[in-house]
Amino acid sequence: MSNLTEIRWHGRGGQGAKTAALLLADVAFQTGKYVQGFPEYGPERMGAPITAYNRISDVQIRVHSNIYDPQYVVVVDESLLEAVDVTSGLKKEGAILVNTSRPKEEIIPHLKGYEGKVYTIDAHKVSMATMGRYFPNTPLLAAIVKVTGIMDEETFLREMRASFSHKFASKPEVIDGNMAALEMALKEVR
Amino acid sequence: MAKRDRLSGNEAIAIALRQINPDVFPAFPITPSTEIPQYFASFVANGQVDTEFIPVESEHSSMSAAIGASAAGARSLTATSSCGLAFMWEELYIAASNRLPLALALVNRALSGPININCDHSDSMGARDAGWIQIYAENNQEAYDNMVQAYRISEHKDVRLPIMICQDGFITSHAVENMELLEDADVKKFVGEYEPEDYLLNPECPMAVGPYSITDYYMEAKRNQAEGMRHVERVVLEVAKEFAEVSGREYGLFEAYRMEDAEYAVVMIGSAAGTTKDAIDRLRDRGERVGLLKIRLYRPFPAEAIADILKDVKAVAVMDRAEGYTNHGGPLGADVMAALYRARSQALAINYIYGLGGRDVRVEDMEGVFATLKQIAEDGDAGETYRYLGIRE
Repeated sequence: MSNLTEIRWHGRGGQGAKTAALLLADVAFQTGKYVQGFPEYGPERMGAPITAYNRISDVQIRVHSNIYDPQYVVVVDESLLEAVDVTSGLKKEGAILVNTSRPKEEIIPHLKGYEGKVYTIDAHKVSMATMGRYFPNTPLLAAIVKVTGIMDEETFLREMRASFSHKFASKPEVIDGNMAALEMALKEVR
Repeated sequence: MAKRDRLSGNEAIAIALRQINPDVFPAFPITPSTEIPQYFASFVANGQVDTEFIPVESEHSSMSAAIGASAAGARSLTATSSCGLAFMWEELYIAASNRLPLALALVNRALSGPININCDHSDSMGARDAGWIQIYAENNQEAYDNMVQAYRISEHKDVRLPIMICQDGFITSHAVENMELLEDADVKKFVGEYEPEDYLLNPECPMAVGPYSITDYYMEAKRNQAEGMRHVERVVLEVAKEFAEVSGREYGLFEAYRMEDAEYAVVMIGSAAGTTKDAIDRLRDRGERVGLLKIRLYRPFPAEAIADILKDVKAVAVMDRAEGYTNHGGPLGADVMAALYRARSQALAINYIYGLGGRDVRVEDMEGVFATLKQIAEDGDAGETYRYLGIRE
């Protein structure tokens, strides 16, 4: 299936990697795609490494296994670069996106010789600037949409506003902050 | 008009239950089924259903309360997983023997120990002889569709038995996938009102439920239960036919995928069937004649129809996501092999234990199973019939 995009998320319990994967599935669904978004739990505790997955396709998805050879990997917490083999199976035609404040050159030596593209985003900076609190998954969602190009930015922002309006119906004051985080993150991906 | 959506398996079941609007839902949480009563409780709080939702202190109590409600004449259900089902053991038999058509939304999870929260079928397989109807799903759509059809089967006057609607823990329960929902009004009309013939809260006809049965009557009571089971296959097919008219989606006792001219077949239950379909398509592209028989109705076991599909294949692998500790394989393996024996099939049959405690199953794993089947057919000898898939020895 050449039109299948597979993404693997590495985070720590409580950081929202699963939520980000579900949000990505959500927005891709809104653009007419077939989607899967699912978590893989190890020990259920705050701070333990967790993995989440996305499949996005033009045709129905039947496979129910985890993803071993993704086109894209997102690292939500850069401390995982030492703890988890984040580039395992990652296709060199693909890319890795790392949440870090450090320049790309400092990250590359930790990627075990990965030959594909490397992107970084400072989700902490974006999150604090736009929402005043650290929610890494909103900036990372925008960043991975940009990196993968699975939809254009205008469509993405329009669908996300609709989604936030529904999700935060009882607290509309957070919608603008989240939207600002998405817009800033689209510009901040390096 | 159907509505396209993307939901987790647990959300899908909760929405089916909102549309059904049952009378009584007692619940106690356990991973990975917890979200079902959690979502449903929000429907209760929002006034979208008028169900009596009863948070209880254990699964022993949730099933007991569901039984009490059903005996009183209400449409009831509960949801659970793993050790929660184990803690209902006594009540499972009470529900079935009293011919109470209640439902259980089961999210399959490994039994302890070692403690594990992920999917296998050891919980419901252990309950396979409890007298419940068991129906399994490959994906979220099937979980939803099976839930919508559940009461039509269990409440049918020729059946009147409890029903377990099973889906794979995390793999479908926590995975968001595309699906189609029916309109609320269509589900309401399809499921209909529950009108019990005999029930405790009927002053016109006082009755006892669950009295002592002396030896002189006990066997007749059990034979009567078996009579209800004998009608299940027919009713499942009748309900599926009506459901297809409403939904456009067709169901049977099982799904035969690319079995028409298959020489090698896999029999399995649940989400890994989807993975197996991808393996089959790859192998078919290379000219291999391979197919899948995915079990939907496991209890009662449609042995004759299954054997009819399988009897002429060269080799078959039966996949069990639960151990049986018989030293010969798992429960599905035993059922399928017995069915093949009665049909005088000459197919070589092997039985794999796979996917315990959430062990992942890949497309490549299933391609390997088909390669093994081809090999044993060439050898003319099944060799070891009791195998483990992907085990580290």
